[in-house]
Amino acid sequence: MRELLEFLSLSNANVRYVVLGVMLLGASTAVVGTFTFLRKKSLVGDAVAHSVLPGICLAFIFSQVRHPLVLLSGAFISGWLSILSIDFITKQSRIKADAAIAIVLTVFFGVGIMLLSYIQSTGNAAQSGIDHFLFGQAAALVGNDVIMLAIVCAVLVVVVWLLFKEFSILSFDADYAQSLGLPVRSIEFVLSTLTVIAIAVGIQAVGVVLMAAMLITPAAAARYWTNRLSVMLLLAAMFGALSGFFGSYISYSAPKMPTGPWVIIAVTFIAFISMTFAPERGFFFKWLSKKRKVNTTMDENILKIFFHLGEKEGDALTSRKIAQLQARRYFEESKMQASLKRLCRDGKVEEDEHGWKLTKVGVIESKRIAKLHRLWEMYMSKFLKIPADHVHEGAESLEHFFTPELEEMLEQELDFPETDPHDKPIPYTKTSVS
Amino acid sequence: MSYSFWIILTGALVASSCALLGCFLVLRKMSMIGDAISHAVLPGIVIAFLISGSRSSLPMLIGAALVGVFTTFLIEFISKKAKMQNDAAIGLVFTFLFAVGIIMLTLFADKMDLDADCVLHGEILFIPLDILTTGTFVDIVPRKIWILFIVFIIVIIALRIGYKGFLITTFDPSYAVSVGISAVLWHYVLMTLVSLVTVVSFESVGAILVVAFLVVPAASAYLLTDNLVRMLLIAVGVGVLSSILGYFLAKWLDSSIPGSMTATLGILFLISFLLAPKYGLLPRKLLRKKA
Repeated sequence: MRELLEFLSLSNANVRYVVLGVMLLGASTAVVGTFTFLRKKSLVGDAVAHSVLPGICLAFIFSQVRHPLVLLSGAFISGWLSILSIDFITKQSRIKADAAIAIVLTVFFGVGIMLLSYIQSTGNAAQSGIDHFLFGQAAALVGNDVIMLAIVCAVLVVVVWLLFKEFSILSFDADYAQSLGLPVRSIEFVLSTLTVIAIAVGIQAVGVVLMAAMLITPAAAARYWTNRLSVMLLLAAMFGALSGFFGSYISYSAPKMPTGPWVIIAVTFIAFISMTFAPERGFFFKWLSKKRKVNTTMDENILKIFFHLGEKEGDALTSRKIAQLQARRYFEESKMQASLKRLCRDGKVEEDEHGWKLTKVGVIESKRIAKLHRLWEMYMSKFLKIPADHVHEGAESLEHFFTPELEEMLEQELDFPETDPHDKPIPYTKTSVS
Repeated sequence: MSYSFWIILTGALVASSCALLGCFLVLRKMSMIGDAISHAVLPGIVIAFLISGSRSSLPMLIGAALVGVFTTFLIEFISKKAKMQNDAAIGLVFTFLFAVGIIMLTLFADKMDLDADCVLHGEILFIPLDILTTGTFVDIVPRKIWILFIVFIIVIIALRIGYKGFLITTFDPSYAVSVGISAVLWHYVLMTLVSLVTVVSFESVGAILVVAFLVVPAASAYLLTDNLVRMLLIAVGVGVLSSILGYFLAKWLDSSIPGSMTATLGILFLISFLLAPKYGLLPRKLLRKKA
């Protein structure tokens, strides 16, 4: 606990640098990565991330220093080369994109591993930091590195901000961008360059192997919450920063732990939560609204049973036992119980000593459903020429999906018929006639 | 038998099993699924390792293969049910599982002799040293080679028996469905085989470079022929050749053996990319000039 407080207070200058640095890295790669995600280039991002390794190693072999700017340039060059290679292979041969990505990824990475083993065998003391690029080790960053990385990140975010409109048109509809006369190729070039820079910078925190996740997972998570690009960018940046914070905290409290995997665990966790609980798109809410639909369908069916029984006996407000309702149309007792309770709560049904009865509101509602059923039967037989003995099934399912607007249109289209195809009267309520 | 021979044989066995399965991955446009599986089996390997205490026991193979299949299942689940675009679903799932694997490795580092280096580079150098002690002729061959050999045989038998199923579901899935061949079944059979091969190979060449052996020989062969049987044979040839040349490259440069084998694969691919008679870059350019 004390450790956490000490960490949170950021009193230690080194901790402060590392935490802020990693958060900034997380946020800015997430911003750039949002476009990677939207352009469906997630796996290209993965390939680029693996492909920066030989660049870093070569930069180190030639310069013999572990200065971030030098390594960054090496990473940048080999990252760009990998993008070009993938493009070249897919355009100039029958190899498909998936295989081209896999080939470039593994061959570049293999060469990287080769060079890495070469560096390790030379035993250069300064090389100790090089293999941190595999899984990231934020704690190894020192003040100057962080300041430099922060500047690069700030540049990334500013460029995205300036070219926001161009990037978004390109991401959503490249053909449209072309027709607007935008310089699509140049914009693509700038965007790819930003992506490579973001990756080259980001690997300091999470490492080459897991960098792809830092790029796209925040965006994938943000996508569940919004349809607006600006909000999505903001959310992605937030998720990126949050997981960066979490990762650097773990790395701080357990120095043996590489930062990268923990950042990825955090960001994937956020994605899982978004996937499940985001309103509208989330899993849980979809399931909930489906369940709600099943329930209202059931409730409407119960109301209809009341209506039918009332219609036969000429009294809509009689109390009835569940067995009586089941005799008219069978549903499991437990389901009927649950449904009656819901209707009771909504004030459409009341319970008394003889069983359950409709309230006034319930009567109106039950008439509406029966009316919809019969109107729809009428529509099917009149306009779709479906024989009267076949219309019931379709009406049975469709009656539950009518909005008031559709209801009105249906009434007007049919011009308020008196009876349905089975010669049963159509029960209009006062509200809908007026 | 010499030390070098065993290492080259290890590489050749890994390359052959991978190349055969890789042909189907490449033809089905599923190379990146292979990549995802090879990363994602890591937690399975670690858990099985913790339970069984050894690297190449049966539970380990089964456990890790199950994780591989689970990965493809999870990717499909997320892209279909949670409606995430497919490329992002692949990226999200395998990075997550790989991250979990790496963390488990770090947490239990003192409980097992398996580390992140082994995951990345493999430990092909130690394979000839691990000899069985049964006192019979079995001892002549290193333990791991037996395992790789058995898996290679399993792959061959599976492809021989399932050849028709794989063939039809790869080239014409809708026809396959119409004649009652389940595309889903063969998909999962292939995924299980890929997981199995990835798991037994990771120790020799590392979890990431397995993908090179899966995809690169198959892609090179794809440029050289239109016939599936020939493609399978050429892919195996390319794989074996790369493990021989890669070994000597590594020896010459004193560098990582799997890394060098991968680099060799890259060179072989480049050669067929440039020079393949029908689909190569240069022959096509020359043809265009003549015409």
